Amino acid sequence: MMAGWVAGLPPGFWPGAGMIVAVSITSTIGEVLTAAAMKSIGDLDDIRAHSGLTGAIRAVLTCPLFFVGVSFLSMAFFALLFALNHLDLSLAAPASASLTLVTNAIAAKLFLHENVDRRRWLAAGLVCVGVYLIAH
Amino acid sequence: MSHRRLKASQYLILLLVALCAPLGDSCLSRGMSMMPAISLAHPLLLLQAVFTPWIAGGILLLIAFFACYLTALSWADLTYVLPTTAFGYVLIALLGRFWLHEHISPMRWAGILLITLGVGFVAQGPSRTESETASGEGEQA
Repeated sequence: MMAGWVAGLPPGFWPGAGMIVAVSITSTIGEVLTAAAMKSIGDLDDIRAHSGLTGAIRAVLTCPLFFVGVSFLSMAFFALLFALNHLDLSLAAPASASLTLVTNAIAAKLFLHENVDRRRWLAAGLVCVGVYLIAH
Repeated sequence: MSHRRLKASQYLILLLVALCAPLGDSCLSRGMSMMPAISLAHPLLLLQAVFTPWIAGGILLLIAFFACYLTALSWADLTYVLPTTAFGYVLIALLGRFWLHEHISPMRWAGILLITLGVGFVAQGPSRTESETASGEGEQA
């Protein structure tokens, strides 16, 4: 199937690729914003120890960034549903999941200032190929 | 908060992150495949679907996943937590192999190996890296 991609692009390749990229971009924005929100709130286990489960839930639900992140995550969900309507499940789900892993690593380095060292790049690459193989 | 070693309870949260998402998805797809085809003309059928046992169970598992995922993000990096979610595919494939005696193709074994290696690499490193440079309020390691 990969050989067919390289030899001659089948009709509908670009719309399909566009849908998968759209899923990955919306989901990366959602993941990064949600992660930034949770980092700004602080350790939820500590908050729960101090002010109980309701305190922890309140801390999350009063963070505006969290809702922006979740809106992008739900957009990613509907983008995936849309893609699944047009593409094969065995292509769309693993392709977007593995592409998202790599875009997330890039975005986490750029926007969350995580130290994505060689070990983490390697892991993102391995997991990306692995997800594609296991789900395809 | 730059704990290099996670507590046992935090590993438990990561395990729940890995397990709840694929189990919840499986419940949803099993429940939806048992429903008659739903058309836009009868949207109420979708609401009905929410109250069937498999779909309700799937939704509960996905809510549990999201709560654990958010908790994990509050003390670990995104690039630390994400490979964990991928590890769920491995757990589900192995459950299918040894519990339901499903066949796993060589391609899927290769995928299992790669994901496990990747997760192993990340798990060896620190769980939180950004705070050392971004904020000085944390305790010095």
